[in-house]
Amino acid sequence: MSGGWLRDTAVAMVVLALFLAFELAGFRSSSLLDFAIRFATFGLLALSLNLLIGTTGLVSFGHAAYFGMGAYSFGLLMQTGAWSIPAAILAALACTALLALVVGALCVRLSEIYFAFLTLAFQMLLHSVISSWISLTGGDQGLMGGIPKPAFLGIDLAQPSHLAGFGVFCLLLSTVALRQVVRSPFGAALRMIRDNPDRAAFVGLSVFRYRLAAFVIAGTFAGLGGVLMSLYVSGAFPSFAFWTTSGEAIFMIMLGGVSVFLGPLVGTAIFLLLNDWITALTEHHGLFMGTILLILVLGLRKGLLDFIMEHWRARKGARS
Amino acid sequence: MDLTELGGCLSSLSCMVTQTAAGLTIGMLLFLVASGLTLIFGVLGIVNFAHGSLYMMGAYFALAAYGVSGSFVLAVVAGTLGAALLGLFMERFLLSRIYGQDVLMQLLVCYAVILILDDVVKIVWGGDFRSMGVPDELRLPPFIIGGGIVPYFYAILFAVTAVIAAALAWGMGRTRFGRIVRAAAINPGMVGALGINTTVIYAAVFAIGAGLAGAAGALSAPIRSVVPGAGVSILIESFIVTVIGGMGSIGGALAASLILGFTRSFGSIGFPLFVEGAMFAIMALVLILRPSGLGGKRGS
Repeated sequence: MSGGWLRDTAVAMVVLALFLAFELAGFRSSSLLDFAIRFATFGLLALSLNLLIGTTGLVSFGHAAYFGMGAYSFGLLMQTGAWSIPAAILAALACTALLALVVGALCVRLSEIYFAFLTLAFQMLLHSVISSWISLTGGDQGLMGGIPKPAFLGIDLAQPSHLAGFGVFCLLLSTVALRQVVRSPFGAALRMIRDNPDRAAFVGLSVFRYRLAAFVIAGTFAGLGGVLMSLYVSGAFPSFAFWTTSGEAIFMIMLGGVSVFLGPLVGTAIFLLLNDWITALTEHHGLFMGTILLILVLGLRKGLLDFIMEHWRARKGARS
Repeated sequence: MDLTELGGCLSSLSCMVTQTAAGLTIGMLLFLVASGLTLIFGVLGIVNFAHGSLYMMGAYFALAAYGVSGSFVLAVVAGTLGAALLGLFMERFLLSRIYGQDVLMQLLVCYAVILILDDVVKIVWGGDFRSMGVPDELRLPPFIIGGGIVPYFYAILFAVTAVIAAALAWGMGRTRFGRIVRAAAINPGMVGALGINTTVIYAAVFAIGAGLAGAAGALSAPIRSVVPGAGVSILIESFIVTVIGGMGSIGGALAASLILGFTRSFGSIGFPLFVEGAMFAIMALVLILRPSGLGGKRGS
């Protein structure tokens, strides 16, 4: 354990306590709870993807595959009726990690550009397996019949307020864990591989193993996001594993910024608000989102937090 | 799985002829899209994730031109030129601003273009399936070779795509423009120092690549349904082609496209549910055994 984890955990616990107190105090409008669950879900997706893009320098365009895998394996396990929720979550994460291990072993050796489109290609393979294996997954209709949510430890996820609290808890736990990963010697090695893979190899690091480990870790946390998503919609749909979901995750990271650890979470919040606003405003969702993205990419050339941080550092530098 | 049926087909001449013809046609259409993708990558160093959208736009432009003129030739010309112009616009105003930046930027710009084009198509042509149908003047009796049926339209498609492929090979291999393009792929700085405007070369290559995708979209409009978002599956197949064939290699792309075309045509008899899986299996095999692809240079 590297330094700072105590502080991180303390901050996380304060945030969780504040959220729960907020809920208990009666601020539980359904739209707020709704937002909290979706924020936890997509926050996990974006935050885990940034371990690949921001920390390791692997631009994956197929991250939603693990999101979908988590959702489907969790949903299918729960529908058997023989699993408790915590056990099913752990099993679903194991399935997701296994998928990430197989795809990662094939992909992380490749150069940047191959990596981006091969991860996309494998994701589309998973998507087409999900939509064509109708007897297991229900095909394009999605996993129907709802997901049973037996209560555990006094937590009843069928209630939106409990689900929101659980989602925020999972997000905070993962945030602390991922921050540990990024700050550990392992994380330092990942950054070195990002900046100069040849040098890392000369120093004696196995670039392949480090990248693969990062890929599996990121995939597993995305799988947890998928589990939350399937709890939220009480089902699973092929669109979870469609390429647009991966695109949205990258969009969120871009909105927030890649260089700041919490950037993806800021991006997730902006993305969700923007998304709701545009959906309410117009049916030409793609046109508006695409245009905003273009302006951001070609205008700012970095995420909002990256931009603000750079500005702030420059000002601080000018004053001293 | 019905491998006995596949075995039966392989031992019957008529079935072989029919499936080979289908495989060649599918493979050549795929080659047009994939060669554009690989050409753009080879010269500009950019993977055009929006390539499938250009294919889709080619199909829609063809549909519109066919509706107005009723001529399939004009439809294909419109699809090709329309997509090429769109590609030119995309290169000049969007992609040229992010040359030399990391893959994330390319990905985001292309993602935005896909979102916008899918929506534009929905606004102009509606979100429903559209089909052009085989044009009346091309509804002629099929060729019968060795008892096997080769639809007339498939034969036309194969001939047209083969001519385009030959023109591409000739243009890249024999003309002055082709030599400049190949030189620019290797050392753009040197080409620029020799007084050649590389900006124009880049734009032209992107437009040609986009035009190839548009041509494939227009040519296949009569036999496939035209729908928003139609470009994604052909994009994925083009990726598989570039992995099997080697990034930047046109010859490798041709070989890989035909392999995938035959996998599709014969696979639909023997293992219809596993056709896509088989394509990925071939790709995984190539990745493990020869990561640079069939036509790629080793060590790249």
